[in-house]
Amino acid sequence: MAEAGGAPVLEAPVLEAPVLEATGLRKEFGSLVAVDDVSLRVQPARSLAIVGESGSGKTTIARMIVGLERPTSGTISACGHDRSRPARSVRDRRRRGREVQIVFQDPYTSLDPRQSPQAAIDEILRLHHGWPDQRRRERMAELIDLVGLDIRQSRSLPRALSGGQRQRVAIARALAAEPRILILDESVAALDVSIQAQVLNLLADIRDETSVSYVLISHDLAVVRQLTDEVLVLHRGRVVEHGPTSRVLDDPQDSYTRRLRASVPRPGWKPVRGLPAGKEQEASSP
Amino acid sequence: MSEPAAASQTVAPAPAAAAAPLLEVEGLTVRLRAGGAMQPVLRDVSVTIRAGEALGLVGESGSGKSMTARAIDRLLPDGAEVDGSIRYEGHDVASLSGTGLRQYRNQVAMIFQDPRAHTNPVRRIGDFMTEALRTNLGVPGAEANRRAVEMLEQVGVGGGARRLRQHPHELSGGMLQRVMIAAALLTEPRLLLADEPTTALDVTTQSEVMAILDDLRREFGLAMLFITHDLELAAAICDRTAVMYAGQIVEVRSSDRLHDDPLHPYTAALAAARPDISRTAARLLAIPGRPLSAFEAPAAECAFAPRCAHAQEACRAALPELAELDGGLSRCRRASELRGRLGTASDG
Amino acid sequence: MSAGIPVAVAEPGRPRVLIGVQSTGLAGIASAAVIAVATLVAVFGPLLARTDPELPNLSLAWIGPGGGHLLGFDVQGRDVLSRLLVGARTSMLGPLVVVIVSVVTGTGFAVVAAWRRGAADAVISSGLDILFAFPGILLAVLATAIFGAGLPAAAISLSIAYMPYVARVLRGAALRERSQPYVAALEVQGASASSICLRHLIPNILPLIVAQATILFGYAMVDLAAISFLGLGVQPPKPDWGVMISENQTGIVQGYPLPALAAGLCIVAVVIAFNVLGERLFERAQAGRG
Repeated sequence: MAEAGGAPVLEAPVLEAPVLEATGLRKEFGSLVAVDDVSLRVQPARSLAIVGESGSGKTTIARMIVGLERPTSGTISACGHDRSRPARSVRDRRRRGREVQIVFQDPYTSLDPRQSPQAAIDEILRLHHGWPDQRRRERMAELIDLVGLDIRQSRSLPRALSGGQRQRVAIARALAAEPRILILDESVAALDVSIQAQVLNLLADIRDETSVSYVLISHDLAVVRQLTDEVLVLHRGRVVEHGPTSRVLDDPQDSYTRRLRASVPRPGWKPVRGLPAGKEQEASSP
Repeated sequence: MSEPAAASQTVAPAPAAAAAPLLEVEGLTVRLRAGGAMQPVLRDVSVTIRAGEALGLVGESGSGKSMTARAIDRLLPDGAEVDGSIRYEGHDVASLSGTGLRQYRNQVAMIFQDPRAHTNPVRRIGDFMTEALRTNLGVPGAEANRRAVEMLEQVGVGGGARRLRQHPHELSGGMLQRVMIAAALLTEPRLLLADEPTTALDVTTQSEVMAILDDLRREFGLAMLFITHDLELAAAICDRTAVMYAGQIVEVRSSDRLHDDPLHPYTAALAAARPDISRTAARLLAIPGRPLSAFEAPAAECAFAPRCAHAQEACRAALPELAELDGGLSRCRRASELRGRLGTASDG
Repeated sequence: MSAGIPVAVAEPGRPRVLIGVQSTGLAGIASAAVIAVATLVAVFGPLLARTDPELPNLSLAWIGPGGGHLLGFDVQGRDVLSRLLVGARTSMLGPLVVVIVSVVTGTGFAVVAAWRRGAADAVISSGLDILFAFPGILLAVLATAIFGAGLPAAAISLSIAYMPYVARVLRGAALRERSQPYVAALEVQGASASSICLRHLIPNILPLIVAQATILFGYAMVDLAAISFLGLGVQPPKPDWGVMISENQTGIVQGYPLPALAAGLCIVAVVIAFNVLGERLFERAQAGRG
């Protein structure tokens, strides 16, 4: 198999402005610090992974980037526009929607159960683009084709579609806004292995065609390797390691990253008991 | 690349070949009512587990792996039609009732994917852990508590008697799953059914819990049926692995040979579809189509044929049988001729 | 992950309410039939009545059924059947107004509380709790004292009494729907709160709203009949089933129970029908969510 198709191993020199940048992000929920001093940067056409387990803060970061949570402190900017505070107007919110979009984890609740994929995508196209009917219909057909669905599927209700098909719809809906950045919040975690492979290939194809940047939130290191150039490893809200994906996964420096890597099942793997830092929280974790 | 030092190698001595199997499932076919008709969810499933042996059961959605475990534990929904037989130590499981069924449940323990869904939030941990001991086996309360505390130590949940007084919500998912394992082992079962016990856990927690499960299983000489969607996970702690597709067993193989020398194209495709943590590939080898359930698969041909890269005319002509090959079983009619071309050692 | 058990595919065009009604079983269908008949009578009643329902003729008082007058005459010698047919109008219209007003306002409050969450939700919920403290009948008495007796005052006061109940029930469902990822996806797209609520949130809780409204109709009918019985609602000589019970109650002890009983039975039949249908629709709405 060809090695690292299209993803340079060396870190590219910073020539262009990043499409996404966050500095000193912090989020507190009461006395709980979910995210502590996290900074990240995504270059155009490059992809970043944010890796961690439950309680790491990775999902909170994703939600702050798309505006579903408000940072306690720190700044976020996408495509050069600041988005550290909630949008002031509907117009502002829409513009932000054209910068960063998101695909969630659960295919079974990501779509309005009463809307066919066509209707869902059409609604987004109408929201963002003032196109005439013909143009909108063409674009819809393009998007449906891009994600590998056929006409019949695009007219069915979500309940007639499988998990993988629903995720494709969620991806098409997100792409309808033509975002520069697409956040994939564990978007393949709930899929069967064989379907996951299809969707990962699809995401790689989409990136080749549209130059979108992915921010992949995941706990699965193998998926991270497949899809991203750089990785941020989070543990209890703090960044413990970051760097090019291949380097971090082949030669992890931080002890938590090493433990994470050692815990991933692969051919010949055997679980080992009593690895250090196994302190699990007493109270139930989310 | 840093690799952790491998822990216990295979410890359990191979049971005497002449010993009768502990659990024998033969020709199990289950139909459930859905959409007004009886639809098959399991088709002609046969597995054998010997005392002290761990068998992995791997499959995707609709493969029937969970349903198999439920059938063995007599937990099928009402109105299910069951053909074939399940025999535990020679006794027919389907005909057990009353005392016999309770004894069976002491001997065959089950742990589930989501411990919170299977625990009563208002009951203390000590209560539900010792319930079976006290009511079914007549062990006095104090003694039962003592054993519970001891077992909790074994699974790495310290805190002694204090733990017994806690409620499920006071523990994290990983801790609670360890408690469930401890609870399952208290009645000294001979067979453990584990239905995706680590799927809902973080990967580091999963590794820890798997190690505990592996250690204790060997220590107590338990047999185990370990259900998962993760091929490598099953191979890690099971002696043999069975792969299911569309309600049928398509391959049974010793775990150490499963990855390099699979006997069924589906197994090989499943392993190849997984991204590799140690290198980036331009594209993954995705299997076209989607996994079928038993009722969606055509009855008189190989269920995997439409998605199989090696399918031929003969594959669609009749349902292939499970046949022996090199110490394993395969439902692929072309298994012997495809050997060596399926493993990841070769390209595609 | 779904076990892959086959699920009936709904075509997008078919209205889900209709599907709900026809799959509610025999009791559901029977109830729907009763309601349909009552509705037709409410609409066409005055055309069907052969005798003037309001013209008293004391010489005919209490005469039993016979000669084209199927239910006989009431305390003032008016044809009972005609009065029932014409009275259906106010007896059905009153609850309809109550249901529409309370459900629309209750849905509004529930959705706003669920959407805004936090402080807005707390304020709305507390407000609703305060309103809860007032039973409908007491509010009706208060309203008639201020605005004078009659159906409008009674209907409005009952609407105010019912609204917090509707809002409470729907708030839970609205909160659940609001926290679904598809709503978050629309927010991230930049869709406005009102468009998300009107085009996605409310349609997805509509089965519950319809079920709730149906059940509420029965309660409203009983409460309004009681209010009219007390003389605070519809005023005699207007025919109204509640008024008819009040007017003819003396007949029960005198040995002429038919007029009062007939009116009472009409109320009971329609109320039961609405309750049964509403419960079935409610079960369907709950099941549909699974």
